[in-house]
Amino acid sequence: MAEVLVLVELNPSGTGVRKTTLEALTAARALGEVSAVVVGAPGTAAGVHDALAEYGAAKVYVAESEEMDAYLVAPKAEVLAQLVGQVSPAAVVIPSSSEGKEVAGRLAIKTGSGFLTDVTEIAADGTATQVAFAGGTVVHSQVTVGTPIYTLRGNSVAPEPSPAAAAEEPVSIALSEQAKQTRVLDRVVETKSSRPELTEAAIVVSGGRGVASAENFSVIEGLADSLGAAVGASRAAVDSGFYPHTFQVGQTGKTVSPQLYIAVGISGAIQHRAGMQTSKTIVAVNKDAEAPIFELADFGVVGDLNTVVPAATQQIAARK
Amino acid sequence: MNIVVLVKQVPDSGSERKLDSSDNTVARASADNVINEMDEYAIEEALTVKESQGGEVTVLTVGPGSATDAIRKALSMGADKAVHVTDDAVHGSCAVQTSAVIAAALQQLEYDLVLCGAESTDGQVSVMPALLSERLGIPHLSGARKLTVEGTTVRVERQTDGGYWMLESSLPAIVSTWDTINEPRYPSFKGIMAAKKKPVETKSLADLGVDPASVGLATATSRVLDFAGRPPKGEGVKVADEGDGAEKLVGYLAAQKLV
Ligand SMILES: Cc1cc2nc3c(=O)[nH]c(=O)nc-3n(C[C@H](O)[C@H](O)[C@H](O)COP(=O)(O)OP(=O)(O)OC[C@H]3O[C@@H](n4cnc5c(N)ncnc54)[C@H](O)[C@@H]3O)c2cc1C
Ligand SMILES: Nc1ncnc2c1ncn2[C@@H]1O[C@H](COP(=O)(O)O)[C@@H](O)[C@H]1O
Repeated sequence: MAEVLVLVELNPSGTGVRKTTLEALTAARALGEVSAVVVGAPGTAAGVHDALAEYGAAKVYVAESEEMDAYLVAPKAEVLAQLVGQVSPAAVVIPSSSEGKEVAGRLAIKTGSGFLTDVTEIAADGTATQVAFAGGTVVHSQVTVGTPIYTLRGNSVAPEPSPAAAAEEPVSIALSEQAKQTRVLDRVVETKSSRPELTEAAIVVSGGRGVASAENFSVIEGLADSLGAAVGASRAAVDSGFYPHTFQVGQTGKTVSPQLYIAVGISGAIQHRAGMQTSKTIVAVNKDAEAPIFELADFGVVGDLNTVVPAATQQIAARK
Repeated sequence: MNIVVLVKQVPDSGSERKLDSSDNTVARASADNVINEMDEYAIEEALTVKESQGGEVTVLTVGPGSATDAIRKALSMGADKAVHVTDDAVHGSCAVQTSAVIAAALQQLEYDLVLCGAESTDGQVSVMPALLSERLGIPHLSGARKLTVEGTTVRVERQTDGGYWMLESSLPAIVSTWDTINEPRYPSFKGIMAAKKKPVETKSLADLGVDPASVGLATATSRVLDFAGRPPKGEGVKVADEGDGAEKLVGYLAAQKLV
């Protein structure tokens, strides 16, 4: 059976795999037998081995050294390129983070291959599904040159366990000078949140300009916490200084695809939709009955968020 | 300091965007085309670096004839000159092919720093700078929310979820910028008038020494098989809050087993 390489993405905290990795392992199984590829400082593979075994990695290629973390992205592409040369995989699947896309692009040039980014599904024949233009168009595409490289959009595929051996194989590699051009001097965490990560969360509650102030975002946070949800924001809310930019959902922010997306005080501009349109269930609270967000919503409440949302938060808390 | 800024013309995300059913490429002719918004931040950053370090800012775009509008915008903001690579053979190229064209054009220019947007709004591929870095053998510092140049060293704060990474490399380098890096200036009347006299050099693939058969739909590294509008969502339910909005909302969530 053909081998498929999956690049392992770690949690930003450095411990454990990201959910996107489990999704990639699951999607890759359609194409062949999965080999996970771990690139990082010594000890990285030990921390993720069990998860990779549980989610179907027959093999785990381990490229560990202090150098792997000292430079930006390029070492990962170099390790993958070497493996592509050695094992001629049927495909390479990479989680679709900004780092993942950079790795995919570099790997494409190194191996003379084509790539497809932000795919939501991969069929057994290699055909990928992508969603274009603010979620309005569904596209089927294929790589026609070299080893197909895919980056898989988060939350598109439900991770499914499928126990496998996860036999570790060390990869010995001497990084080229080119891979060492961009040094990572420091990794700084500014906001630590106890809430789930925005792009991974099953539920997202987002606030827009209608929230009216930074202080009043506590209304959004309250509802989010009652649901165990992540908090998002529209660009208008971010530009007005109500909420930090990292939480922006939309074309120039994050793309989310949760089970439930609740838009509060958000009009539903096309650029906002671009980031949330593929959510499974969409709920909106807006005082303007004509707001375009209602065209998209499975359930909408026309009302003032300042009365509806705190009351809903209380009722949800009371159900527990 | 010679700075090249990459700009791309894209269909306006606020207007209707389509794929062309004759060849499954982005319908550019019928679209309302604008400069990729993220690229305005790259232009602004280039002008800021030039103001403190001196030098020249060159705009580079690969695109159809109509892309001159994007070039004008960049020149009226304050860029000094432009190179417009345009050739019918480029139509339908994938990112891998386009990167070969941009790399060839860059090799004919003198640059210490290449700036570009972190992503374009039509494809949202966000890989162009990585492809160019790989092809040109120069470092890529991605997703900048802050940029400093000191001598031949460039430092970038790379925006991440909940923080940033401090990156460093030597020049020449390519840096991609987020919209958090600055506030792009509006072209002044004087800037708009001055832009009309600035040099815009048009180049074909032959001028770059790129084989036309190596680009375009026929040899693209990936291909769109088919596309369709997403099936419209079933009509949603909309209720007015008459003091019972929260109750109805929570009732709906409970019925869907979401709470
Ligand atoms: C190139 C480009 C990229 C962009 N990228 C993004 C992006 O990534 N993400 C994004 O979100 N936007 C983006 N935008 C901006 C987008 O076009 C909209 O301007 C933005 O989404 C509007 O945010 P909003 O809905 O919060 O604000 P508004 O459009 O001002 O809507 C506020 C809503 O709140 C409602 N409201 C007010 N008070 C209350 C109340 N008390 N109770 C209930 N409802 C209330 C109003 O009825 C209104 O519908 C982009 C724009 C461009 C041009
Ligand atoms: N055809 C092009 N001509 C010039 N610059 C481009 C072109 N395509 C992409 N770019 C640059 O690369 C950035 C990222 O684009 P993309 O990889 O398409 O998301 C854009 O913001 C531009 O700065």
